[in-house]
Amino acid sequence: MRPLSGLNRFFRQLPTHLALVTMCVLWMVPTLGLFITSLRPREAVRTSGWWTIFRPQIQEGRAEYTTYCASCHGADGDAIAAADLSDPALVSAYPRSNRLLTMLRQEIDGGPHLIDPPLPEDTNEALAVLSPIVTYTQTLAGINPEAKLFTLRNYADALVGYKGSQDYLTDCEQGVSSTLAKFRCDPGDLLNPEGMGRAFLNTLMVAIPSTILPIVFAALAAYAFAWMDFKGRQWIFAILVGLQIVPLQMTLVPIARLYVQIGLASTFLGIWLFHTGFGLPYAIYLMRNFIGGLPREILESAYLDGANHWTVFSRLVMPLTLPAIASLGIFQFLWVWNDFLVAKVFLSARPVLTVQVTNLIDPRGANWHILTGAAFLSFIIPMIVFFAFQRYFVRGLLAGSVKG
Amino acid sequence: MKQGRLTPWLYLLPALVIMFIFIVYPTGNTIYLSFLDKTSSQPASVNCVEGQPCWGIFENYHYALTNPEMVTALRNNARWLILMVPGTVICGILFAVLADRVRYESLAKSIIFMPMAISFIGAGIIWRFVYYIESGSGEQIGLLNAVLVSLGRPPVAFLSNPAINNYALMIVGVWLWAGFCMTIISAAIKGLPSEVLEAARVDGAGERQLFFQIMLPMIMPTIVVVTTTMVINVLKIFDIVFVMTGGNFGTEVIANRMFTLIVTDTGRSMAIAVVLILLTIPIMIFNVYRFRKQEELA
Repeated sequence: MRPLSGLNRFFRQLPTHLALVTMCVLWMVPTLGLFITSLRPREAVRTSGWWTIFRPQIQEGRAEYTTYCASCHGADGDAIAAADLSDPALVSAYPRSNRLLTMLRQEIDGGPHLIDPPLPEDTNEALAVLSPIVTYTQTLAGINPEAKLFTLRNYADALVGYKGSQDYLTDCEQGVSSTLAKFRCDPGDLLNPEGMGRAFLNTLMVAIPSTILPIVFAALAAYAFAWMDFKGRQWIFAILVGLQIVPLQMTLVPIARLYVQIGLASTFLGIWLFHTGFGLPYAIYLMRNFIGGLPREILESAYLDGANHWTVFSRLVMPLTLPAIASLGIFQFLWVWNDFLVAKVFLSARPVLTVQVTNLIDPRGANWHILTGAAFLSFIIPMIVFFAFQRYFVRGLLAGSVKG
Repeated sequence: MKQGRLTPWLYLLPALVIMFIFIVYPTGNTIYLSFLDKTSSQPASVNCVEGQPCWGIFENYHYALTNPEMVTALRNNARWLILMVPGTVICGILFAVLADRVRYESLAKSIIFMPMAISFIGAGIIWRFVYYIESGSGEQIGLLNAVLVSLGRPPVAFLSNPAINNYALMIVGVWLWAGFCMTIISAAIKGLPSEVLEAARVDGAGERQLFFQIMLPMIMPTIVVVTTTMVINVLKIFDIVFVMTGGNFGTEVIANRMFTLIVTDTGRSMAIAVVLILLTIPIMIFNVYRFRKQEELA
């Protein structure tokens, strides 16, 4: 009976499975499309949708090759060892159809190279036939750039901030002058101010201190709120709960003007302090709830043993609070990493990832290959952090679900 | 433990000072600036135009509440509130309930939750590509238009056609936040006492009855929290609109309008920011009230 009841259960649950799987697929497809596109060659992105990679590929020149060459050279080009058409060295000797035609017009074994069917007599017609065959043999030999399904060149373009008409690596190989004027074609280009590589470093520079600072200050304040008696404790904390909701927009201009006056405009220190200020209400709220929930007996016995507040805070409370710090840290880190508005206003001279991505948007939609690569570069770290520490992130969300 | 009167303030002061400088002071200053003109040197009444209604010192608010662009923005934020918030919460409930019944729950939840990990700007790029229309003769490389064309329909300009573009943006919002709602609601469902659910099943309640008459009332407080959070998120909605349409074609929202004017017309921009915070104040009061009630219970 067992297997049957399992089957029964499965069928009863079928609508649930169908609905859930459909929704999951719907949720994933947009991101998947972006990711696949970022790996496709420029020309392919421009001319066909990303889903076409799942279709069987129609290879250019296959029909012509089958008609003229396959009977002797074989379907894979390797039937005649002395003239192996899947050998890159051999194929690259005939990069153009006229070179191939010259060779084919020479007699082979005392007769014409091609007998059944013969090559068209007219040179132009013959070239028209041979051109797709050249492409196809290049594909067989694995040296046809057009036949590649995937490439990493978009990521190179995005990292250095390339905006030309080919791609960065090709331009560098060919020494295109407009590219050489902007790039040095060495790893130093990764730090080009218009590229995602530099933006990546800027984002790291913003995100790490902006995560640590609010946690430090919040831990101190949360300890006071949880374990000390002072006048107005309830009231100050209630105000703090309200402050969590103040929109960023309320504070941008006064702080920007203040920064200009005191020389913090477009500095990392300025943006660290701003993120600290805005992260604090939520951070204190979350940590107070956690620290306040620590077992009273542990702390009281420490006080009885003569420990002062600082000792209890630094030696006892901090280690016990690590789970909350982890939740909060991940939450704040993702928030800062993904922030656009604050970075746009306070750090315009050193664009972070989100700002740099918007700089790359081409309103005509002509650079999807770079834009998708750039967007994905900005996802890498948050995705790693998210999947590695999902548990803590969820816990942080559940602990209090409001954030400025 | 008893402590000196000063000690608590040593622990609190750094945080309080920073919050004062970065939240309290600028909020006050923003309100002040909202009564001044674009140079922040004269009262806003200088913006008044001869022969047209003038609100005196409140002239920037006159703009913020009656200017056609702002009316569009306010109307769009209202639309987002009415359609996108319930849409997201319902999706969240649906996911939470469905995922609760299958073995691959954590995988399904990760997939739905994943958009929360990436930036709104990144999400905007993802969806710009989904909605992309090739207006020339080339093939449609945007997914939705490719589907339409393969069904023999003409392609649609999802982001610039005013009849549909707001809904197109709201779908992005649902995609982003459904995972957030799901996570919190799912935790509430898992926290329900299993005896109650079992008892109802024994009494012969169907799955639907069980959900609407037992589960839903019990998780209602959580749904309220999620909804208020979503209301705040939607009032402040900015990045998605900024990156996908720039507020053009009738998709303007309050926060984007505020950002557009931030340099060119600071007074008006600040008035818009104040309108924004006024809209969030009911939620703020509600949250403080809820917090105080929680404290009394604890």
